[in-house]
Amino acid sequence: MSLYRFLAEGIFFGFIVLIVFGGLLTVRARLLMHAVLGLAVAFIGVAGLFFHLGSPFMAMMQVLIYVGAVCVMLIFGIMVGQSPSQTDQLRIKGSNALLASVTCVAGFVLLTATLIRSRWHTATEQIGDFTMQHLGTSFLHQFVLAFELISVVLLIAILGAIIIARNPEKGSAS
Amino acid sequence: MTFLPPELLRILVTVVCAIVIVFGNAVVMGYLERKFAGRFQRRPGPMEVGFHGILQLAVDGVKLVGKQLVIPRHADPVLYRIAPIISFAPSIMPMLVIPFSPKLQGRDFDVGLIFILAVVSLNVLAILIAGWSSNNKYSLLGAMRSVAQNVAYEIPMLLTLMSVILVTGTFSLRGIVEAQTNGIWFVFIMPVAFIIFFAATLAETNRAPFDLPEAESELTAGFMTEFSGMGFSLFFMAEYTYMFIACSLTVILFLGGWQGPPLPFAEYSSALWFFLKVYVLLILMIWIRWTFPRVRFDQLLNFCWKYLVPFALVHLMITAVVLKL
Repeated sequence: MSLYRFLAEGIFFGFIVLIVFGGLLTVRARLLMHAVLGLAVAFIGVAGLFFHLGSPFMAMMQVLIYVGAVCVMLIFGIMVGQSPSQTDQLRIKGSNALLASVTCVAGFVLLTATLIRSRWHTATEQIGDFTMQHLGTSFLHQFVLAFELISVVLLIAILGAIIIARNPEKGSAS
Repeated sequence: MTFLPPELLRILVTVVCAIVIVFGNAVVMGYLERKFAGRFQRRPGPMEVGFHGILQLAVDGVKLVGKQLVIPRHADPVLYRIAPIISFAPSIMPMLVIPFSPKLQGRDFDVGLIFILAVVSLNVLAILIAGWSSNNKYSLLGAMRSVAQNVAYEIPMLLTLMSVILVTGTFSLRGIVEAQTNGIWFVFIMPVAFIIFFAATLAETNRAPFDLPEAESELTAGFMTEFSGMGFSLFFMAEYTYMFIACSLTVILFLGGWQGPPLPFAEYSSALWFFLKVYVLLILMIWIRWTFPRVRFDQLLNFCWKYLVPFALVHLMITAVVLKL
C-alpha cells in the first residue's frame, strides 16, 4: 500500500471516529449545549466523508448549512435557557424507560437487518458526475418540482414562526 | 533521496506559510491599528519600545502569554477553553486557497470561494460558545447580537457574490482573478456591489461601526468579557485574520487580485500588488472604525434588511438580465 493510500485510509477512519464521537456526545450529554456541539462535530465528520469521497462541493455545503446555520440556530435557541452550571438529571422512569428501550431495540434491529440484507457493490471507479454543473442542471431541470416545493416548505415554516411569535392579543402593545 | 514525498512536502510548506501569514498579519495589524488610532485622535500612539514603538506588539505578546487564564466559577470549563481555539483554528484554513500571485497559491480549489465562506461560518459558532460558556450576561448578550448580525449580513454578502459569480461562471478564486484582466476590474463594472460587499464584510468581521457584539461602552467587551491572556489574544488574532480574509476576498472579487503594473518575476512578485491592495482596504477599515460612531442595533438591522438586501437583489437581477442580453 502506498503512503498516500495509507494516509487516505487513516483520514477516512479519523472521520469515522469523529462521527461516532459526535453522535455519542449528542445522546450522552447532560447539557443541551454539549449535545448540539456533539451534533456539530458529527456534521463536520460527515463533511469530511463527502470530501474523502471526492465531492468537495457537498462537503462545503454540509459545513456551511448544517454547522454554520442549523447548529447556530439550535444554539441560539437554547443558549438563553440553561446556564452552564445547571445540568439536567436523567428523567426517564417507569413505563417510559420500557417504551424507550423497546423503540431503541426495534430501530437497531430494523437498521441492522437492512444493513445485512443489502448487497454492497464496490465502486471500481467514479460512476456518476458529481460536479457543480451536473448538480445545477439536475436541480433546475430534472428535479425542478421537488426543488421548488422545498422552498415552499421553508416559506411556510417561516410564516408559521412569525404567526407563533406574534402577540396573540391584538391591540396590546408589546 | 527525497526526505519526504513531494506532495507531503508541499502541504507542509503551504501550512507553515499560512500560519506565518496569519501571525505576521496579526502583528502588522495590531501595530497599524494602534498607530492609526493614535493619529486619528491626535496623539502619537505607541512610541517607547523600539523605533516609533515598532516592538510594542512583541512586548504585548510576551505579556499576554504570561498572563493567567482565569476561568469564572460557574463557567463551563471545557467549552470555555476550546471556544478561542474554535474561533482561531478555522481562520488559518482560507489562507490555503487564497491566490496571492499566479504561482503563490496553496491549492486552486474548484469551490474555493465556498470553502472560505464555509470555514469562516464556524466563527459564529465559536462566538456563541464563548458567550454562553462564560456564564456572564454581557457575554451572552454580545454573542446573541453577533449571531443576529452575522446571519442578517450574510444575505447581502452572498447576493453580491452571486453577481460576480454570474459574470465569471466559476467559484475558483484564481478563475475570478483571471476574469478581470486588462484593468477591467469588477469594481468599475459593479461599484454598487463593491460597496454592499464591503459594508457587509465590516458587519461580518464585527468591526465598527457594526461592532455591537463587543461594544465596550454597553457590554464591557461583549462575548470576550471573561477571557484573559491567550484566550483573549486568540480571539483578537482571529478577528484580525478574519479582517484580512474579508479584504482578500474583496480584492479578489472586485479589485483584480494580484494584477497591477508589470514587475520582474511577475509570477511571484505580483503578490506585492495583492498585499498592497489588501492593506489599503484594511487601513480603510481602521479609518472607518476610528471615525464613525457605533450604530444602534435597530439601525444595524434596518440598514441590512431595508437597504442592503433589496439593493443586492436588484443588482443580482440586473446582472442576470444584462448577461442574458
